[in-house]
Amino acid sequence: MNKRFILIYKSCIILLAIIAAMALGSVILVAIGANVAKTYAVIVFEPLKNIGLLAEVGIRMIPLTIIALGIAVAYRSGIINIGAEGQMMMGILGAAAIALSMPGAPKPVLIPTAMLAGFVCGGLWGALAGYLKAKLQVSELLSTVMLNYIAEQFYTFCLRKPMLDPAEITMGSGTPQTMRLTKNVWLSRIIPGTRLHSGLAIALVLAVLVYFLLWRTSFGFKMRAAGASARAARYGGIAVGTCLVAAMVISGGLAGLAGAIEVMGVHHRAIGGITSGYGFSGIVVALFGGLHPAGIIPAAFFFGLLLVGGNMTQNAVGVPANMVSVLQGAIILVIVATQMVLSNKYLMERVWRHFQKEHA
Amino acid sequence: MNYIVTILTLAIASSVSLLLASLGEMINQRSGVFNLGCEGIMAVGAFLGMLVPYLVGKGGPTSGVYNLIGLLLATGIGALLGLFFAIFVVTFRAPQGIAGIGLEMFGLGVAGTLFRHFIGGTQSVPGITTPPIPLLSKIPVIGPILFSQNILVYVAYLCVPLSWYLLFKTPWGLKVRACGTTPRAADSIGINVNHVRYQALAVGGAMAGLAGAYLSLCQAKMFSDSLISGRGFIAVALVYFGHWKPVKIMWGALLFSLAQTFQNVIQSLGINFPYEFAVMLPYVLVILVLAFDRESQRLGPTALGAPFNREIRT
Repeated sequence: MNKRFILIYKSCIILLAIIAAMALGSVILVAIGANVAKTYAVIVFEPLKNIGLLAEVGIRMIPLTIIALGIAVAYRSGIINIGAEGQMMMGILGAAAIALSMPGAPKPVLIPTAMLAGFVCGGLWGALAGYLKAKLQVSELLSTVMLNYIAEQFYTFCLRKPMLDPAEITMGSGTPQTMRLTKNVWLSRIIPGTRLHSGLAIALVLAVLVYFLLWRTSFGFKMRAAGASARAARYGGIAVGTCLVAAMVISGGLAGLAGAIEVMGVHHRAIGGITSGYGFSGIVVALFGGLHPAGIIPAAFFFGLLLVGGNMTQNAVGVPANMVSVLQGAIILVIVATQMVLSNKYLMERVWRHFQKEHA
Repeated sequence: MNYIVTILTLAIASSVSLLLASLGEMINQRSGVFNLGCEGIMAVGAFLGMLVPYLVGKGGPTSGVYNLIGLLLATGIGALLGLFFAIFVVTFRAPQGIAGIGLEMFGLGVAGTLFRHFIGGTQSVPGITTPPIPLLSKIPVIGPILFSQNILVYVAYLCVPLSWYLLFKTPWGLKVRACGTTPRAADSIGINVNHVRYQALAVGGAMAGLAGAYLSLCQAKMFSDSLISGRGFIAVALVYFGHWKPVKIMWGALLFSLAQTFQNVIQSLGINFPYEFAVMLPYVLVILVLAFDRESQRLGPTALGAPFNREIRT
């Protein structure tokens, strides 16, 4: 086998995977009688048309990147964290609680404190799942999902009772939301006239930090070893349980931080619906980005595009925004299957031999 | 007393979706496949179940035939989705946990997209209603609890002995269990492990689809994005709780639906207790059960979650 063959072989498989994912989406599009080509064109190209929409893509990129980084850390350590949604809610609560309790604090104190609170709250929520897996062998797939539902209920409870906006009580409308957070906790806008905020820079810095943590520190090596083969790692003297819990703290913490940044940069108050599925989209971004920071950033941009474009299909071609979830699910299924095909050396060799016979 | 009767009646009625989905998941797991996409299949089943009765009746009463078509459609597409999942996890040997999440998102997305296109908003259907069994339902206490339920409740509970018989008394069940514990041995005596897993996933998917259709046609009599709200995942957890045995799973389903009716209890008793914590109860219970039931960690099918590859010696 020569290098050129391997390259062509791999690109063909990836191309087939992309076609397969789009075909799966097309089945649903055909079922609702939509124009398939036009729908895909709207999703991918419409958000690129003007700076305002591009900024919206950037806004969605921020939580997607941060959450996906966390999910990649966990995945590399052998834990599939599907609890990012709940961890993000806990982060929002933490950041909002800090901002509400010290409204007079100056900006340079308040912003880092609120972010730290978001990280800690999300991290603790994640640590719970990590501890359950490390000490009691509870499958993280089930525990993190359950923790999502629990966090969701806790979130609405907090917004409805202890953290409710006092104005809502006097007005009597009863929308579960906190009061508007102090301006000292708002993240600055980086493009005037749009909502894009400085969280983007934080996300990019975090990507570099996660790269250094995983590939340039011994602790990162231990975490990756625990993920690659827990038994071998344990034999090598690595405390696998500690690694699992630490990975979940980082993973949950990053999701919490994403929530804090989202509430400080975009919404400026804790209210229902902030998370809007970012925790699940983050899984797709992490997988699509090859579980590596350098891949996650472009993947987050692509899925930000998808989320913004998905919101536009209803008006443009009459396709509901839930279509994005269909595509995301199809992409996950196709990616995990493709990885198995790509790593199958035997299959590649068979194709190579077949190829040689044809040309001999 | 009346009050307890109401709660128990409710609990039995709402245990059906958990029971059906969980028995299906048990068959999946007995064959060695962990299907986390149960939630997604249930969502599609729930939507398809009410689609035909809604389109025909436009909210008005429909004849039972259309309800039956709805049930069959949900079951059939559920089986197809099970086979669809099998392509990825059996043929391509993809890791089952993460692929299951993919199926869940896919299913929820499909149900949501089709729902918005064909129905639009919150629309109710008359659903399936069956008269209480004559004479028997007149017995005090037991009558209303056991003999005035929907017909599908009895079908679901009939599935408990049926699935037991299927798994433990038929050649097919033996094959399924062999593929779940020692696929290599099964392979060596000529059982096609992948085929058996395909079949098991089809059966499990069909049951999950039916469970979803029960939710939309009999329980809620409508569809919404939050209709399933974790029931699929609880069903997966119930399999662990029930140690992969039908009867134990049945008790688990009853226990969890009792926990789900807890919010009705506090609401009707007028206790000043935040309802969110009542809604949390079943989810907390799942975590506690998984954490403290040490037995369930060694009783599972040994090849659970491991894709089978004939070409690799393990």
